[in-house]
Parts: sequence; C-alpha cells; structure tokens
Amino acid sequence: MTVQNIPLWEVFIRSRNGLAHKHVGSLHAADAALALQAARDIYTRRGEGLSIWVVPSNAIIASDPADKEMLFEPAMSKIYRHPTFYDVPDEVGHM
Amino acid sequence: MATAARPQDSSPLFGYVLSRADDALVLGHRLSEWCGHAPMMEEDMALANMGLDLIGQARELYTYAAEVEGAGNGEDKFAYLRDVQHYRNVLLVERPNGDFAQTMMRQFFYSAFVDRYWRAMMSSTDPTLAAIAAKSEKESAYHLRHSSEWIIRLGDGTDESHRRAQSALNDLWAFTGELFQPHPEDEVLFAGGIAIDPRGLLQSWTENVTSVLRSASLALPQSQWMQKGGRSGQHSEHLGHLLSELQSLQRTYPNATW
Repeated sequence: MTVQNIPLWEVFIRSRNGLAHKHVGSLHAADAALALQAARDIYTRRGEGLSIWVVPSNAIIASDPADKEMLFEPAMSKIYRHPTFYDVPDEVGHM
Repeated sequence: MATAARPQDSSPLFGYVLSRADDALVLGHRLSEWCGHAPMMEEDMALANMGLDLIGQARELYTYAAEVEGAGNGEDKFAYLRDVQHYRNVLLVERPNGDFAQTMMRQFFYSAFVDRYWRAMMSSTDPTLAAIAAKSEKESAYHLRHSSEWIIRLGDGTDESHRRAQSALNDLWAFTGELFQPHPEDEVLFAGGIAIDPRGLLQSWTENVTSVLRSASLALPQSQWMQKGGRSGQHSEHLGHLLSELQSLQRTYPNATW
C-alpha cells in the first residue's frame, strides 16, 4: 500500500493560551481516529496543544488564487474600515 | 527450575525496580529501531514518541534503583554496562520488531498489561514508585489506545494485513504469560503494599485483549503454554544483539559523555 491511497487531513490546534484553533499543518491517516492520534503525535509533542481538530482536506472549499484581485484588492483602498480614526483619551489607558 | 538469585541484589526492591526499568528500556529501544523505517512518516513519529516515553520511564526507574542500591551507581551503569544475563526484562519486550503487525501486537500486549499495572501502582506505599506510576500511566494509556486501534485496523483490514496480524498474534501469544508471573522475591513487596501482585491483573487484561482481538476478527491461539525466563536472566538470543547496539558507544568509549 502506498501513501497516495491514504486520505489527507488538515490539523488545527488550540494552544494553551489561545482561544481559537489554528491551522498547523496536514497529515495522512486512514480514518478520523488515526488522524487525531497522528495529529497528537506530530503536532503536540512539545506541549503545544489542549485541543485538536482534524478535517478531511477535501472538505475544505478554497478560494481560487486567480480570483485574488477581484476578492481582495477592493478592500485595500478602504482605509476608513480600520478603527484608527478615533482619539483615545489618555484615561482609557492601554486598549 | 531453581530461580536464580538476582545478581547485584541488595534488596528485593532493588531487583524489582531494576526489572521494571529493563522492560521499559528494552521495549523503548526496540521502538527506536523503527526511527526512519516506519511505513509512513506519521507512524514513524508515533513509534518514536512511544519509545521516548518508555526510555524516560526507564531512566526514572534506573535512577530510583541506584538510590535503593546505595552503591553510587547511576542509570548509565545499569543500561550500558550490564550483560545479557543480568537483564531482568520479560521476554516479550525483546522480541524483534518483525513487520509492523508484530511490533504493534507486542506493543498492544505490553501496554494492555502495563497500563493496568501503573494504574494499580499509583497506590503503592512507596512514594517514588507511586509518583513514577502516576506519570507513566498517562503515557501507557495512550500506547494502549494507539496499539489497540492499529490491531483492529490490521486484523479487520486487507487479506494481507489480517494474515500478518494473525501471524503476529500466534507468534507472540506465548510471551504474554510471563507478564503475570511474579518473581519469588517479590512476595515481600506485595505484602508491604510496595508492589502489586501481577496475577491480579490477568483477568482484566484478558478481557481487554479478547475484546480488541474480537473486533479485529483475529482468533486467539488455543495453546496455553507460556514462555518464561526473562525475569531470571534467561533470555533469547535477540537481547544480546539488541544490547550490543545499545551499549556499543559506552563499551567502545568508556565514560564518554555528550
């Protein structure tokens, strides 16, 4: 059997002090249970995680790189969407 | 068979701790032999992780054995400078890696035993052993889960994986009995609550193993005859080869350090 026959999974780890699961990489595993174990063995060996998600890579719907300009360029010129136009009083302190 | 006295013995506790350390070191070394050779990268990491868990347990146990012995020896002396006949591990852990099914079956049998063993040892009256047990149990619980999942998938997988898993089961079954055979000198430790009698774990181990093997569509061997000898220093030829590799650096360059 070759690795090509084994499904690919994307791994997301929630770290000790993180609120959200973050994508950390991918791996091959025959099924969900083994994918979780492999994720634990590969991506949490240095105490990185408190929770693991694995998702079949083919379940991810990705944007087309060719659509990059249409999707993302228009936002570049809308600087007023950044909350940087307020004067924060000193008394508020560090936000 | 006359039971050989444990060499270098200063107390039953010393011999007992040393033999548990030998189990962990030898199996940990066996797993390390897979490093770079596993069927896939993911499993290469899993095997190395389990090997490191076991070698870590061995280090703690050797360190404690040295303390009990009180002769100024350290963990390296026990690991690197004892010959085959002074090793006290069960024969199961020195079995060669064979194919992946052999390695996983050996891991499954050992983990199903030692996870129960460590859980019971958490209430040892010896605080050091209780502490080592508490740490080791979490590691062995994962080894048991990982190897169980693989046994089920190998046994219930393709014709070839089933054939290899059944063959591993047939080959290794006779090495499981020794896990439950106490050494006569251990009785005093049982009486003091320092160690637990492994015979008490047999029923629960058998239920666990039978249930996983049934899920894996594997048939238990009929033979009840069991190998023994490792606990009294009578090893298979395989341990000598393992130690020659494990000890080569210390033997060639005595007292070498990294």
